[in-house]
Amino acid sequence: MILIFKKLSEIGKGESVVVESFNDDNMKLKLMEMGCLPGEKITVDRFAPFGDPIAIVVGDATISIRMDEAENVMVSPSN
Amino acid sequence: MQKKRLKVALVGNPNSGKSTIFNQLTGLKQKIANFPGVTVEKKTGFCSIPSGNGTVDTLVEITDLPGTYSLYPKTIEEQIPFQVLCDPANESHPDITVIIADGTNLKRSLFLSTQVVDLKSPAILVVNMMDLVNRNGVEFDFKALSEKLGIPVIPMNALEGGSLNELKKTILSKISIPEKDFIDSAQFAPEVVEKIKNSVKINSNYAAFQIANNLDGIGYFNNRPERKQKIREILKDHEFSPHKLQAAETLKRYKVISELLKEVTHSKDAAPSRDKKLTRKLDNIFMHRFWGYLIFLVVMFVIFQSVFAWASYPMDLVDQAFSWMSTQVHDAIPEGMFNDLLVEGILAGLAGVVIFIPQIALLFFFIALLEDTGYMARVSFMMDKLLRRFGLNGRSVVPLISGVACAVPAILATRTIASWKDRLITILVTPLMSCAARLPVYALLISMVIPDITWFGLFNLQGLVLMGLYLIGFLAAIGSAVVLKWIIKARERSYFIMEIPLYRMPRWKNVGLTIVEKVKIFVFDAGKIIVAISVVLWVLSSFGPGERFREVNNRIEQVGDSNPKLSNELAAERLRFSYAGITGRAIEPVIEPLGFDWKIGIALITSFAAREVFVGTMSTIYSVGGDGSDVTTVKAKMLAEKNPDTGLPRYTLAVGMSLMLFYAFAMQCMSTLAIVKRETGSWKWAIFQFVFMGTLAYISSFVIYRILS
Repeated sequence: MILIFKKLSEIGKGESVVVESFNDDNMKLKLMEMGCLPGEKITVDRFAPFGDPIAIVVGDATISIRMDEAENVMVSPSN
Repeated sequence: MQKKRLKVALVGNPNSGKSTIFNQLTGLKQKIANFPGVTVEKKTGFCSIPSGNGTVDTLVEITDLPGTYSLYPKTIEEQIPFQVLCDPANESHPDITVIIADGTNLKRSLFLSTQVVDLKSPAILVVNMMDLVNRNGVEFDFKALSEKLGIPVIPMNALEGGSLNELKKTILSKISIPEKDFIDSAQFAPEVVEKIKNSVKINSNYAAFQIANNLDGIGYFNNRPERKQKIREILKDHEFSPHKLQAAETLKRYKVISELLKEVTHSKDAAPSRDKKLTRKLDNIFMHRFWGYLIFLVVMFVIFQSVFAWASYPMDLVDQAFSWMSTQVHDAIPEGMFNDLLVEGILAGLAGVVIFIPQIALLFFFIALLEDTGYMARVSFMMDKLLRRFGLNGRSVVPLISGVACAVPAILATRTIASWKDRLITILVTPLMSCAARLPVYALLISMVIPDITWFGLFNLQGLVLMGLYLIGFLAAIGSAVVLKWIIKARERSYFIMEIPLYRMPRWKNVGLTIVEKVKIFVFDAGKIIVAISVVLWVLSSFGPGERFREVNNRIEQVGDSNPKLSNELAAERLRFSYAGITGRAIEPVIEPLGFDWKIGIALITSFAAREVFVGTMSTIYSVGGDGSDVTTVKAKMLAEKNPDTGLPRYTLAVGMSLMLFYAFAMQCMSTLAIVKRETGSWKWAIFQFVFMGTLAYISSFVIYRILS
């Protein structure tokens, strides 16, 4: 099985994905302490009116994240 | 009665209701200062707890630590909980830590909570928002949770008092420290943890692990460089890699918490809660690409209207009260220097402080309301992209727009901006927005140099110029922000990763306390500087060197109130020979290229108190007397003024425009300067701002004067 990872910034509204890894060490810790851990299912909730930032649902919380930050979050499709 | 004293710190995630509990515990017994060395607000409050047997009350000093998601500091604000809790030498280090958890997001709250528990100092866990949790059909087994964590756990609904009393009782009880670590951090770096424990003589594995992760963040070691060096060597020997180990700890901690939560949670149904559904519906409107901005525009309009128009009623009252007081004091005390100092120096300075209170109170009523309901997070979400390209932040929008009324409350409002760099840029550019105090200056000058022509029965030239001045202030603010973005270095990497909380009803006590707090900061911190500058300005304009000044002064006393016309002329004469007058003439060569004479020079100096003082000074100089309320006379006298070199009127279009641009850009406001010093924590940025705005003013005035003359 070949897994194709995508960037969180490429995910459309309403889609759910699983967090795989992070390309930015500082941001990784920031997201992880907020519960956005590898293996966790997250949902892209909405885009800001100009397409950036985006709001994602992580567990019981909604978190905002800028597009250039979301580029450093690798995700895989959730089933 | 003698009291026992106890120190308590509140720690918790942002939006966990921590401040509400702090307010419930302390009420108005709060004081606000900064944590030493940083501009992070430190709120301390007091709460007296009676002991059960009625003998001795315990006075509890409570510190409200900034909200954070973990003990790993990433921003300056987040560094504070770490420094206070991990460093026993810190002046705020508590006897007991009260951890506030958000019951609606217990998993994430327990992450920070268990970190604090592992520090092995007495702690209490408060699970807040239980009303929401129960409404969603979820229940927790608090007894099991307390046993697993090894600390007391108190369920709470911060809005009702019952559980608050239980918290107070628990604070006084003997709190045992759990023997077992929740997560044994020795597993991540066994040798390092052991060696640091021995070296610093502490018994918490986790504290040792935290020291290893953030050695420079702990003040204790700054006074003990040899110990710090020793730890640094330990870390080097073992090739300690903080990033990797912090990530490992985070994963492990969340894993154990998930298992724990499964045991203690009883959920009746898993459907999304009513509150979540409501928030979704509201967000579809409030964050809509059209309705969202329209609603925001209306909200801003109401705020602007209140600070600009509604505040003017209480401000008039303050004004009248102070004129009445001035008259009373003036008549009660014998004429002379002391009388003048009291009335024109100190009372005038106090009036200059108190006059701002209505605007600050109104602005913060709205800001606290927007913050407390969760709307502010949506505003930053929607505005972030627009403002980011200018070096600003989604949250800069409220200060910037409030700046059109007054920069002082606007700068106080920048506290909601989390990134230091974005906040600093917002503080530096906000005074460029055209504030209400510029309006009297603009009104006088426009009516003097701009013809009153109306095109098509609609476009009045004077009105267009006024609008242009507001626009140019806005453009200067945005332009400067872009420039400052490149000049100012960021202290930390800033992220826009923040929580968008659920909507909720405002808690009025929080709103009220925010207003009190902001007014207190302004009156006590900036107020001192404002009164001091006011006294200095009084000295400058009421004293002068040499024989001429004394002569004029003596004649004023002889004439008294018998001849108003003569005494007005003498007052003008006295100002001319005062220190302010001499300085005005001394700076004439410097301001001459802008088309200004020494009379304008005097007004520039005196109106540093506040821009509108320009009009009053002009009326003194042109011997109109009074306080400048008789604008038509001032105008007529100013228009009659001839330029001695050319014989033509002094106030030409070129001079008028040059003067207006000067007032548009220059930092002619001691109150703003004082509040910038307070909010940035040093004179450095206040002086930088004064110089940069002054330079901008000088160059623009020079250019416009050259073009028009």
